[in-house]
Amino acid sequence: MSVTTMTPDLHQAQGLEVTDNPGPAPKRIVTGYGFWIFILSDMVMFSCFFAAFAVLSGETAGGPHGAELFNLKNVAIETGCLLLSSFTCGMASIAADLRNRFWFQVAMAVTCALGLAFLWIEFHEFADLVARGAGPSRSAFLSAFFTLVGCHGLHVSAGVLWLLTMMAQVFAKGFRADIQRRILCFALFWHALDIIWVAVFSVVYLLGSGA
Amino acid sequence: MTDVHHSHNPVDLAPGDEDEGRIGPRLIGYVVGLGLALLLTATSFFVAGTDLVWQPSIPVAIIVLAIAQMGVHLVFFLHITTGADNTNNVLALAFGIMIVVLVIGGTLWIMANLNHNMLPMDQIMRMQR
Amino acid sequence: MLGKLTWAAIPFDQPIPLLAGAVVLVAILAVLVWVVVKGHLPYLWHEWITSVDHKRIGVMYVLLASVMLLRGFSDALMMRAQQAVAFHSPGFLPPEHYNQIFSAHGTIMIFFVAMPFVIGLMNLVVPLQLGVRDVAFPTLNSVGFWLTATGALLVNVSLVVGEFARTGWLPYPPLSEMTYSPGVGVDYYLWSLEISGVGTLVAGVNLVTTVLKIRTKGMNYLRMPMFCWTTLASNLLIIAAFPILTATLAMLILDRYLGFHFFTNEAGGNMMMFMNLIWAWGHPEVYILVLPAFGIFSEVVSTFSGKPLFGYRSMVLATMAICILSFMVWLHHFFTMGAGADVNAIFGIASMIIAVPTGVKIYNWLFTMYGGRIRFDTPMLWSIGFMVTFILGGLTGVLLAVPPADFLLHNSLFLIAHFHNVIIGGVLFGAFAGYTYWFPKAFGFKLHEGLGKAAFWFWLVGFYVAFFPLYAVGFLGMTRRMQHYDVPEWRPWLMAASVGAVLILIGIIFQIAQLVVSIRDREELRDHTGDPWDGRSLEWATSSPPPVFNFAVLPDVSGEDAYWAQKVRAKQEASAEEPHYEAIEMPRNSPTGFVCAFFATITGFALIWHIWWMVIAGLIGAFATFVVFAWRDHDEYEIPAEEVARIDQANISERRDMISAAGSV
Repeated sequence: MSVTTMTPDLHQAQGLEVTDNPGPAPKRIVTGYGFWIFILSDMVMFSCFFAAFAVLSGETAGGPHGAELFNLKNVAIETGCLLLSSFTCGMASIAADLRNRFWFQVAMAVTCALGLAFLWIEFHEFADLVARGAGPSRSAFLSAFFTLVGCHGLHVSAGVLWLLTMMAQVFAKGFRADIQRRILCFALFWHALDIIWVAVFSVVYLLGSGA
Repeated sequence: MTDVHHSHNPVDLAPGDEDEGRIGPRLIGYVVGLGLALLLTATSFFVAGTDLVWQPSIPVAIIVLAIAQMGVHLVFFLHITTGADNTNNVLALAFGIMIVVLVIGGTLWIMANLNHNMLPMDQIMRMQR
Repeated sequence: MLGKLTWAAIPFDQPIPLLAGAVVLVAILAVLVWVVVKGHLPYLWHEWITSVDHKRIGVMYVLLASVMLLRGFSDALMMRAQQAVAFHSPGFLPPEHYNQIFSAHGTIMIFFVAMPFVIGLMNLVVPLQLGVRDVAFPTLNSVGFWLTATGALLVNVSLVVGEFARTGWLPYPPLSEMTYSPGVGVDYYLWSLEISGVGTLVAGVNLVTTVLKIRTKGMNYLRMPMFCWTTLASNLLIIAAFPILTATLAMLILDRYLGFHFFTNEAGGNMMMFMNLIWAWGHPEVYILVLPAFGIFSEVVSTFSGKPLFGYRSMVLATMAICILSFMVWLHHFFTMGAGADVNAIFGIASMIIAVPTGVKIYNWLFTMYGGRIRFDTPMLWSIGFMVTFILGGLTGVLLAVPPADFLLHNSLFLIAHFHNVIIGGVLFGAFAGYTYWFPKAFGFKLHEGLGKAAFWFWLVGFYVAFFPLYAVGFLGMTRRMQHYDVPEWRPWLMAASVGAVLILIGIIFQIAQLVVSIRDREELRDHTGDPWDGRSLEWATSSPPPVFNFAVLPDVSGEDAYWAQKVRAKQEASAEEPHYEAIEMPRNSPTGFVCAFFATITGFALIWHIWWMVIAGLIGAFATFVVFAWRDHDEYEIPAEEVARIDQANISERRDMISAAGSV
């Protein structure tokens, strides 16, 4: 699907457009682009939760502040898990492009394990907070905290579920073109979650425990 | 609509796809990305806990480091570049970032202004009793 | 077992909703029985419900919008009647019922009439205008439609099972919190909008990708018809704004279901954050609605004036400017709620600035008409009616954008008159213009002209009689949402407004009659050429209705007004070379959308009534649906080249016969 004829447009001498549209784009570009737009809309959704957290971060209603609650060591481990999983997800993309089933499944399995480890730590953090009486209904600050971090956690959970179906699809059907497109979308999703996490640990945990 | 994998279409590239087709450079790309991300993360965590630097600069430093790290992820993991084949992807990203900035910035500004002008809710409730 | 759901949920003591619900139920059952008895069910299932054809989905969106328009309009009639009689008297609607009616009216009209109407028209027309065979994601398109239908269904279920929200079309906390609204009404609102919001987002992603990535050869950005540009801008706004709605309503859901404190009075919650976030979605939303209407008017005015659109590039710039600016004005919806003078001034000025690109558009339409040979068919009448009405509505909007004036007029009936003026005069007139204009394309026959014109005049006059008194009564100090009142000066204006509502009702009856008569007389109204209005863009280059693949051979475009250029060239050359046909791959129909919406309905209903096992069952079902969809092996089927050639040749010869017959007369 390469463009061989790139005739300059004589009608558009003003120079706003140099080449004619070659026709509908290949499916991989269409699918990837559509998913990219979806990810951007997801970012906008997160921006609302971030904005709510920023507005409500001081409203502790006499309850505990972030500095008293957060365990930065756990956050560092969580961050390490996600960063490494982004890397292994990249490895899975390369393996998928090479149509290497073995390394694809290995890389995806490692990604999955790292994602589950992240979720495990986060779950324990939440359970611990609730047990200490610092649950989401304690104060507006904690509501915003649980919602923002929990929303990211839900995304990771959905990602793990999706990852498992991708492994199953490749196992059952191989690297078909439509499955390759889904792998591309999954990789976009997983890397995007990492970007959100960078904002979460910076704004919520690091700034939150400093203040 | 044919589906050719990694077509080297000079006008367009799917977001997340790389110009580079060889494995070696692609691997190195991910390794460099991971290294930079880990370095920036470590710096962030270090800065947050240190008393070696002027304290009011810490939040600014953390925000700057976070933005830098997001950039690293976009370039090395999501392969968003300034190339001509990425124009549409970058434009969409720019639109998204603009909306995010408007929503967060606008909300913070408006809410700060409202809080400044209005009594806190618990005091209003007390007045109504 | 059934959560909060008991027999007490059915309002046996309230005759109006019960009777209305019974009538609707009987009507639905009657249609179902008719469909099954006549043996139409397989046709309906294979050709419509599971269809992934953008034209079919577009038609279903418009059908949903039309049905919901009837529902929303009956609410409006009841409110007008109540205010006409409720002078020194409680009227016939008790307050808690009246509050549900105005909440349902607003919710339905915005989310389930205006939205599906414009999304339906975009779905139907944009791929045809871009000269391609389908949208970017055909199956997702079907999912989006069915999720929207789910939301509409849940809102209507609330009529007979439980209650609807009494909190207005935007459920402001703290009123909408559990403390003050413990019933299921607000939950109905929240879940139906969360579900239909996902559907809208899907439609937005689909249409943006379609416009940006799926255009025929030579269809450069600056050669796209204006409607494609406004579709792009409107759907960019959808993908940017609807996540905000989803997030904001999710926060309210967490407050209500899990005792969070986002917007509560206690524990540091801040209800003003709801106003802020909901309007950060709400203002772009009005441009999501009106931009496609602007696109429709651009197409109609240019076609019926027989001229290219005046100032095409300035129109593109104005559209994109509105797209950006509409995200910078949201505070003007709550000028009076405590912001300081500096913030109010900046948002006031921004709101006035957004009137500038809109003004550019009005002048462009006027200059397109200037010197043209104007044909006053029904779509053109709607367009001219729009221009006059919308200018008035826009001017009152600029008035409201002045913060000191807004302090007098905020939440008065002046505001109500203003936004009905722009939404009816802008969006609805645009939708009706598009409906009349593209109906022959969708079904192959025109709508009856005479009845259409009658409908137009009743709507136009009815609108002025119904809403201009509200400007006056707003100046007299009447606030919105009043169940009864005792100010004698208001009464005559409200009586006049109810007369206007009756005039609009007559307009709607004429529209229904127009549809029925047109279907009856379809052979006389048949469009053989595929180009009934002497159109300019590519949707008129194919037959009416278009074949499933839209174009046998994808057109090659070399300028603006692509089809007009083709027609001019055809006249000069007068020779038709044989096209080269190839086999065409089209996406297979899929029940994914319908099944997914079925599970979404179950999940939504269970969430509203706290039936937790059913929630889990619904979610598992939805996940299974997607896995099954991902597992299928053949997502496309092939139409052989001979079949394409046969269909296309038949169309071409019919078209030639018509043209030569017209030439001999």
